[in-house]
Amino acid sequence: MSSYDAQRVRADVPLLRRVIDGHPITYLDSASTALTPRPVIEAMSRYYETRHANVHRGVYTTAEEATASYEGARVAAGVFINARHPAEEIVFTKNTTESFNLLAKSWGRANLTSGDVIVLSEMEHHANLIPWFQLRDEIGFTIRFLPVGDDFRLDLGSLDELLQGAKLLSVSAMSNVLGTINPVAELAAAAHAAGAMIAVDAAQSVAHGVTDVQETDVDFLCFSAHKMMGPTGIGVFYAKREIIADMPPFLGGGGMIADVRLDGYTPAKGVERFEAGTPMIAEAVGLHAALRYLDNLGMSAIAEHERALTADALGRLRERFDGRVRVIGPADVHLRGGVLSLDVVGVHPHDVAQVLDQHGVCVRPGHHCAKPLMRRFSLPATARASFGAYSLTSDTDVLLDGLDHVLELFG
Amino acid sequence: MSNLEDLYREIILDHYRSPRNRGELPTPPAHQVEGFNPLCGDEITVYIEVNDGVLQDIKIAGHGCSISQSSASLMSAAVKGKPVADVHATIDSFKRLMTVHESQLDDQVEPEPVDLRKLGELAALQGVVKFPVRIKCATLAWNTLTQGLSELNA
Repeated sequence: MSSYDAQRVRADVPLLRRVIDGHPITYLDSASTALTPRPVIEAMSRYYETRHANVHRGVYTTAEEATASYEGARVAAGVFINARHPAEEIVFTKNTTESFNLLAKSWGRANLTSGDVIVLSEMEHHANLIPWFQLRDEIGFTIRFLPVGDDFRLDLGSLDELLQGAKLLSVSAMSNVLGTINPVAELAAAAHAAGAMIAVDAAQSVAHGVTDVQETDVDFLCFSAHKMMGPTGIGVFYAKREIIADMPPFLGGGGMIADVRLDGYTPAKGVERFEAGTPMIAEAVGLHAALRYLDNLGMSAIAEHERALTADALGRLRERFDGRVRVIGPADVHLRGGVLSLDVVGVHPHDVAQVLDQHGVCVRPGHHCAKPLMRRFSLPATARASFGAYSLTSDTDVLLDGLDHVLELFG
Repeated sequence: MSNLEDLYREIILDHYRSPRNRGELPTPPAHQVEGFNPLCGDEITVYIEVNDGVLQDIKIAGHGCSISQSSASLMSAAVKGKPVADVHATIDSFKRLMTVHESQLDDQVEPEPVDLRKLGELAALQGVVKFPVRIKCATLAWNTLTQGLSELNA
């Protein structure tokens, strides 16, 4: 943590200068969306000011430049996750949710039939549940669930059994509620040994550590730019080249075709056949800038910085509140990321978040789009505090003082 | 930004800590209706018994934040034993209390002001309108009661 300078990251994020009701903002909601650094904002402005044009169409100079920027972002996204063929394995979508819809409705519809089985986990976000429920209701396959243990980790004891006859295992790399980091390489090996493919929801993990699809041997990976200090409105879908080559188109329209006749159409050959209509060009430019920004900070350094913050916060929460504030997630910082789901005993998370807001503290109350997981632990909701590359231990100071106020008011 | 004290009045905290009319009623004769706030996972069950045009008994079960729970408790105290016509009038007044800000934004004709004295303890919830996200919490029990009455055609 010594060489990592979170203060410099803070200086790059204009929103951290906001003052809320007399208090400087304490942003602890990076698991919902990460704040945007100036280089990302400037890259998008510069794009609009100097070379905005539609992509893949014009022959004039700015159109060529816009196309090069857009395709450059695609390659950068592929390189960031160490894809073997970055230009051919990355599709831009709206967000992680749309990436999963693409997976289910393109690959899933083409490859799953009524007798098939897929395996999800109990800790999945709704993005990795609903598209499968929708497809199951249409086709009629079976969904099995990998359980979550009382230690807040996936219970892998039944993994091989669950994977028997399965065509796909689709799990998150890091839980957005528990912070649990799942053993992706081990899950991929087990899936492949059983003849299944593996899809990974990297929405929560991608900005907080190294992602390497080759090393972990992942077949599909989905994530959003806005959780990695990039803009909203753009997400990434990765699939191995040999798999994506056989996937049918998802959305139809301009840009995804090779030929159109009055009696039908021929889809384009490359990844553009999944990108109907004018894509999010400025957002791709913003994503590219965010990837560069994260690369400069170093993903390992960010992971280490957040691990130190998490260890400090877990220790102080334990000491100061002695059971009155529970953290719903693993205690070992090597098994978890910087997502702290708080249960202030006897106080509803809405009230916790409301009082914290008076201290300028931004946390998220609710079920975090993971209702089955909340049910698993008999909680209606939690108040979630989460760290980002710009977080400091002084953010935790303000959080803890706010929690004192919560207990004073409701305790 | 408004003061926390506007939201968490003493009456509200009291009803949150010691909710009135909490529990269940046997169905039948009582009618049971459920309400959800999908945003925050709050769930409420309202049991009502209506006889001869009077809301004779009401019980509330479920879980939620201090605002939704205290609003449900205050509501139960305000409507229990009242003629259904009066219950509807109270519901209308309360809902108007919760929408005051929206209609003022519209630059429309000034709506008829809510008589806070008539609302009694319920007026303690007026601070909620300054916290727009929490209006859904405050109105959950009321919308559920409205649904229950309409299911009974009462």
